[in-house]
Amino acid sequence: MSNELSTIEQHVLSDYKYGFVTNIEADEAPRGLSEDTVRFISAKKNEPEWMLEWRLKAYRHWCNMTIPHWANIKYPPIDFQDIIYYSAPKQKVTPKSLDEIDPELRRTFEKLGISLEEQKRLSGVAVDAVIDSVSIGTTFKAQLAELGIIFCSMSEAIREHPELVRKYIGSVVPITDNYFAALNSAVFSDGSFCYIPKGVRCPMELSTYFRINAENTGQFERTLIVAEEGSYVSYLEGCTAPMRDENQLHAAVVELITMDHAEIKYSTVQNWYPGDKQGNGGIYNFVTKRGICKGNHSKISWTQVETGSAITWKYPSVILKGDHSTGEFYSVAVTNNHQQADTGTKMMHLGKNTRSRIVSKGISAGVSNNSYRGLVHIGKNAADARNFSQCDSLLLGDKCGAHTFPYIEVKNNTAVVEHEATTSKIGEDQIFYCNQRGIDTETAVALIINGFAKEVMNQLPMEFAVEAQKLLAISLEGSVG
Amino acid sequence: MIKIKNLHAGIEGKQILNGIDLDIRPGEVHAIMGPNGSGKSTLASVLAGREDYEVTKGSVEFLGRDLLELKPEERAGEGLFLAFQYPVEIPGLSTINFIKTAVNEVRKYKGQEPLDAVAFLKLMNEKMALMNMDKTLLSRSLNEGFSGGEKKRNEIFQMAMLQPKLAILDETDSGLDIDAIRIVANGVNKLKSSDNAILVVTHYQRLLDYIVPDFVHVLYNGRIVKSGSKELALELEEKGYDFIKNENPTINEPAWTR
Repeated sequence: MSNELSTIEQHVLSDYKYGFVTNIEADEAPRGLSEDTVRFISAKKNEPEWMLEWRLKAYRHWCNMTIPHWANIKYPPIDFQDIIYYSAPKQKVTPKSLDEIDPELRRTFEKLGISLEEQKRLSGVAVDAVIDSVSIGTTFKAQLAELGIIFCSMSEAIREHPELVRKYIGSVVPITDNYFAALNSAVFSDGSFCYIPKGVRCPMELSTYFRINAENTGQFERTLIVAEEGSYVSYLEGCTAPMRDENQLHAAVVELITMDHAEIKYSTVQNWYPGDKQGNGGIYNFVTKRGICKGNHSKISWTQVETGSAITWKYPSVILKGDHSTGEFYSVAVTNNHQQADTGTKMMHLGKNTRSRIVSKGISAGVSNNSYRGLVHIGKNAADARNFSQCDSLLLGDKCGAHTFPYIEVKNNTAVVEHEATTSKIGEDQIFYCNQRGIDTETAVALIINGFAKEVMNQLPMEFAVEAQKLLAISLEGSVG
Repeated sequence: MIKIKNLHAGIEGKQILNGIDLDIRPGEVHAIMGPNGSGKSTLASVLAGREDYEVTKGSVEFLGRDLLELKPEERAGEGLFLAFQYPVEIPGLSTINFIKTAVNEVRKYKGQEPLDAVAFLKLMNEKMALMNMDKTLLSRSLNEGFSGGEKKRNEIFQMAMLQPKLAILDETDSGLDIDAIRIVANGVNKLKSSDNAILVVTHYQRLLDYIVPDFVHVLYNGRIVKSGSKELALELEEKGYDFIKNENPTINEPAWTR
């Protein structure tokens, strides 16, 4: 026992692998936020009048809101006037194919291990790559279009499919929803739009890699996925950001909508820069993700592997409006060094016979804090609703914290709500046992962590599960002696 | 194979081993017996390299190398195996994945290529047949929800898979009924060869009915106070550990050497 502390202290987190800056001239909005900034962004994107009005409404609402402080996280006040709200890589012409993309940008993606060419040719994954704010390449669009699937950047969707965007944007996360959602609605720069028509099963994983690049640029992504009756889509969002000394703000909004018998599976692997070992720098990640099971027998499933960011404030939720609809939330959140995560979900049971399942695995190391915050709400009309929640925490060392804040509101007495929670520590005994079988400590920790997170990892699409496993091991490198 | 000389060790400043001398050669089975607190499990832990224990004096040579200089995983790589008294549970990690990792890490240490899936499966099936191992056990999480007997059998199965030079069985019989002891002991006996050696650490004589030792040593207050053939174990069983004390009021007789 006496050795544990010192060995943990001795070890250090490996340097952030993705810390590099791409040198591309940026086309930026002036620093700060005002109605003019909102107009600038809207004009830059050639948006229709209704979109600008929508943004301005959000902006005016945001001006009267105050930043929330209820989460179990601490950070210095954010100066919203010191952020650049729009930054687009300058390109001479709009690229028609991947070959026309700035080679510098291409190299960035290659360093991240996402070669668009590779992706295009081999993996069968359509990648909508986002650098800073503008979508620079969309693959597989033609193949998807044949099935009637729309998968494009949000800016393009606003131009090409205004009726769909106008109908659904803000319908799940209204502009007044919360401080960060209002901010996003005012200044969102780009994001992904995805529409699966009736009865279509999307034949491939749709995937977006977000990347924050220019310094002091807040990134405000907006994603909207609509699955029409009887359709299915699996969507993966992966994120990496280069190393920065100053904190960068990220406030995304994701909205999902499923109609009768439709299903959306949304998976996230997030490994943004967590800050250095002293807690300097790192991404502030304030995200609003919400889906609505609008139709009967529909399903929304969130799976997230959160290893990065200095602060994670994120509660992917499901509104179970349709009868017999199902919501799922599978989460692995890892915090190391000075990282703070306050994450969980909300399951709002409104329809009859609705089901929800929550599996949350928190792993804390260093001096980090990891909180699960979840709400299970059973409305008065939600007869025979069922929920099962399981929240497990794993501690590495004795300077980190794990917290669980489950809220349960039941307004219909036919509901069955179950909650289980455990907290455990990686034991020296477990590590020694592995050592004695010839397995070194790093590998042993990886085995134990992946065992702990297995139930969630199993939910990830196969090709990303392996990557996510490696990511877990990397994030915790050296955190146990 | 292993030469332990004047080994002193303790934990958190408390001295437990007070000069152990022991020499084990290939093909031999040694048993260490002793009352609770005599240092049996400490000896097993020190040899396996558990960090909590501090060696204050003495040396251990294992296959020509200074064992005490090696990390636990290197000792395993060199061919030292400890069957734990309390095998740990690792939820979510399948037994088979764990064993495969262990086998390949040991191979890596020896500079060998990792076994591919086919070769591993072949080895596994062979050893499973040898141990009468239930296949379903291997797909379950490591030791999680295993009965006492299943855990110990899993230990011996791992021993079969890793094929160590020296296997230390730490209280392998504790918590087992007589049938389970017989199964585990049969497994050990099948693995015995002229190339490897076994050190059985036990409180009771009964395990030695099945794993017959060439030498029996009595550990008392951190020293080997008496050594003999397997009959010594029977004598201990009959008379209890007190007879050692009565026989040697000073407990100062020179430690057993070959």
